[in-house]
Amino acid sequence: MKVVVEEITKVFEGGVRALDGLSLDIADGEFFALLGPSGCGKTTLLRTIAGLETATSGRIFIGDRDVTRLEPGKRDVAMVFQDYALFPHMTVADNIAYPLRIKKVGRTERRARAAETGAGLSLAEYMRRRPAQLSGGQQQRVALARAMAAQPTVFLLDEPLSNLDARLRLEARTFLKKLQHDLGVTTVFVTHDQAEALALADRIAVMADGGIEQVGTAREVFQRPANVFVAGFIGSTPMNLLPGRCAGDAIDVGGVRLPVPETATGLVATGDEVIVGIRPEYLAEANGDQQGIEGRVSIVENLGTSSLVTLATAGPNVQVTVLEGREPEPGATLRVIPRPGRMLIYRAAGGELVDAGRS
Amino acid sequence: MTSPPTPPAPTPPAPPRPPTPSPRAVVRRIGFYVLVGLVTTFFALPMLWLVTAPFSARPGFSVDWPDFTLANFRSLTESTDALPSLYNSAVLSLWTMAVTVIAAALAAYALSRVRIPGRDGLLYLLLLLSSVITGTAAMVPIFQLMFTLHLLDKDVGVVLVLTGGLLPAAIFILKDFMDGMPRSQEESARVFGAGPLRVLGNVVLPNVRPGLATIAVWAVVQVWGNFLMPFLLYRSPEKQPAAVTLNTFYTQGGQPDLALISTFSLLYSVPVVIMFLFVSRRYGFRFHGGVKA
Amino acid sequence: MRPTSAPAEAAAIRDAAAAAGAATPADASGLGRRRALTFVAPALLLIAVFLILPALWTLYLGLTNYRLTGLEAAHPRFIGADNYTNALRDREFHDALGRTLLFVFGSAIIGQNLLGFALAWSLRSARRWVRGTVETLVLMAWILPGAVVAWLWIAFLDDQGGTLNAILHTPGSDWWFDHPMGALIVFNIWRGTAFSMMLFGAALSSVPPSQLESARLAGASGPQQLRDVVFPAIRGHLLTNTLLISLWTFNDFTPYLITKGEPHGASAVLPVYIYLTALPGERLGFASAISLIMLLINLVLALVYVGVLRRRSA
Repeated sequence: MKVVVEEITKVFEGGVRALDGLSLDIADGEFFALLGPSGCGKTTLLRTIAGLETATSGRIFIGDRDVTRLEPGKRDVAMVFQDYALFPHMTVADNIAYPLRIKKVGRTERRARAAETGAGLSLAEYMRRRPAQLSGGQQQRVALARAMAAQPTVFLLDEPLSNLDARLRLEARTFLKKLQHDLGVTTVFVTHDQAEALALADRIAVMADGGIEQVGTAREVFQRPANVFVAGFIGSTPMNLLPGRCAGDAIDVGGVRLPVPETATGLVATGDEVIVGIRPEYLAEANGDQQGIEGRVSIVENLGTSSLVTLATAGPNVQVTVLEGREPEPGATLRVIPRPGRMLIYRAAGGELVDAGRS
Repeated sequence: MTSPPTPPAPTPPAPPRPPTPSPRAVVRRIGFYVLVGLVTTFFALPMLWLVTAPFSARPGFSVDWPDFTLANFRSLTESTDALPSLYNSAVLSLWTMAVTVIAAALAAYALSRVRIPGRDGLLYLLLLLSSVITGTAAMVPIFQLMFTLHLLDKDVGVVLVLTGGLLPAAIFILKDFMDGMPRSQEESARVFGAGPLRVLGNVVLPNVRPGLATIAVWAVVQVWGNFLMPFLLYRSPEKQPAAVTLNTFYTQGGQPDLALISTFSLLYSVPVVIMFLFVSRRYGFRFHGGVKA
Repeated sequence: MRPTSAPAEAAAIRDAAAAAGAATPADASGLGRRRALTFVAPALLLIAVFLILPALWTLYLGLTNYRLTGLEAAHPRFIGADNYTNALRDREFHDALGRTLLFVFGSAIIGQNLLGFALAWSLRSARRWVRGTVETLVLMAWILPGAVVAWLWIAFLDDQGGTLNAILHTPGSDWWFDHPMGALIVFNIWRGTAFSMMLFGAALSSVPPSQLESARLAGASGPQQLRDVVFPAIRGHLLTNTLLISLWTFNDFTPYLITKGEPHGASAVLPVYIYLTALPGERLGFASAISLIMLLINLVLALVYVGVLRRRSA
């Protein structure tokens, strides 16, 4: 079932404006991520879709139904909370069957469906246990099973992986993606971890300060961040954002003149102040007499199969990722150039991406 | 010449209206306000008398719009027992508080820091005892005991009895506070050569000020309002504290002297209310599962 | 003396943890065992003489025919268990006990519990000023000295000028005379709800909101949420609260201040009955026997209470 958010504003008592005229279209069956730093409003938005918060203004549609005024229990959504919210005094089986109990499903059918759902998530041998006797990963699956047993039209997940330790998190991530794919139910999940969003979601909404900065697929958001905020937020290693000035069809940046990228041709004029964005992964060592940004190696951080090298330049530091075996010595001079097509230009005033594909 | 018709100014879009609440929510809201209204009335009504009667020209049992006269307060000075009894209450409260705090601080400190055999059992036993041996259940033997010890009608006697009842809980609370205090400060004081009493006084007690304040205020409030023990143990009317004398304000004709009773009640209540507001404002209303603090 | 017990549950948990071997240095204060015992001595002495001794004395007194005046005052005779058997057979004692049980059941177990919970539950999501006002009013009723509160309720229920009669348009109804126990029950609910309200307030705020919301999302109504999430979570608190307020109500002497047991002992709950028997009635031995029975009842209640506490902190 698709989810449409229309001009939602949420103002809390005390004047805090958590959501500001926000609109969003989530397609049926999509695995959709709400991504952003704390305080951006993503959890508020999730809770508003669930009905746990009432919007100050605006409308929410699930399918074609206007659910804005509808009680949470009537929206046909299921939510998994960050702490799983399992009922400690009920067994796993009773927990899973709980939504069915409320819907007044008969006991035998309830038990059967709970057992089936539980078995599907490898919980068959834990059905008689209490939540306190389960591990974190098992508790998460029970919470998921409970949500699934309700057979909702939309799943809402609030930071589903943050309560798991690092190793378990990766396994759970893969598990979650497969599960959603098999079930085909529209899923909206909230996370502050950009790597998680990129890995799991079909599309991502990057949020800040109660509004949406960009909506797009993982690839779009990673390769063409719509503004400086998204550019800085997405990516395990922070994108280099260097001040520059246009000169004709080139840009003066980092002490060197680089050509204006194709997608921005004609959109900038000489003298325009811009911010040049290049990911460390997309900078390569310049060979021979190629023009490149030059700097002195100050720090080399080992990341495993690659290393993050920090270059001190006349301007701000520039970071480059180099593959193993090619790490430079601290103090050495290094010249780097961006991979073709991977350089981005942002307007200095406002931070908007300069791109022909955008209006 | 007619001017070309000006196109109408585009009306700004109407601001989005908040969604109207469902009927179920409205009913729930009404029910809530009804409950709150009833409860507020129930609790406020009996208390109204306390603020209207002292200021009424001819105070009766009814609650009338007060005439804002202070004449009734004169009866306080006219009565021979009234104001002295407030003084007695204050003396009793402060003395009991002092003895309780000192004895409790010493005992709590020792129990908190030193592993005396049977300590945990002792604490629960003390708690048990103070809940079981209430003034009401033990009034007969206490009376007889005080009689035998020649402590009837003496302030000392009443203070000691009240302290005995307050100590177990006071020790429990204070020990809890002290347990939560890291020991490193005491250890460093000892290294500097401080003896245990000095460590207690200079290092520990300042750190558990909220705990001390809690039991001090609690002790004062308990004694201030206590009726049974002074009623039981004092024989001379001039030694009685306010709780008891409030019961004696009758006129020659056997009628309650409401001018005196209402003004005295007001005066008598004020210190407790102030103390409560002060403590709850400063330290929050901490509930140790049974202590009115 | 107002019975008070203050089991700081955090302390109990901490003690259990310490007993389990958590790292606490054996003696940071340097007191040493001997000095520690001297520190504890003053408090223990006071408790022993003025708390424990009276309890034991009750037992002794109950076995004599001690009276305040007359021959029996100077030379009390040991009369064995007569006082106890008389007490257990005494009609007035049965009545007083029955009245007290009614008093405890009606005003504490039912009244204060229900009202305290209802208030705590409804005020959870109230606006701050609403909650503050209601809580302050309810707490005032608890804070005001007993002697004052007694007069307030004498005035409130007065047959001529009382506010209640004015509101109900029932002039001349003498509530304290016609329905002494009923009036006392209502009075005690008014007096003591504050504690239950605060206790349940704290208990409710410890129920994880996500569980309530999960239930709500599954479609559970308010009563269903109460049944499935709230009550299981606060069961322990409900029990300890009931025990405490029962113990306090059972030992409450305030009814004396209002009715002095009138009319003709119809409102004499056990504490009042003991007093009237002992001092105006001058039957100290007999009153002691009853006191001991009262102590035993207290003991049972308190043992259950401490037992529940220790089990919860373990």
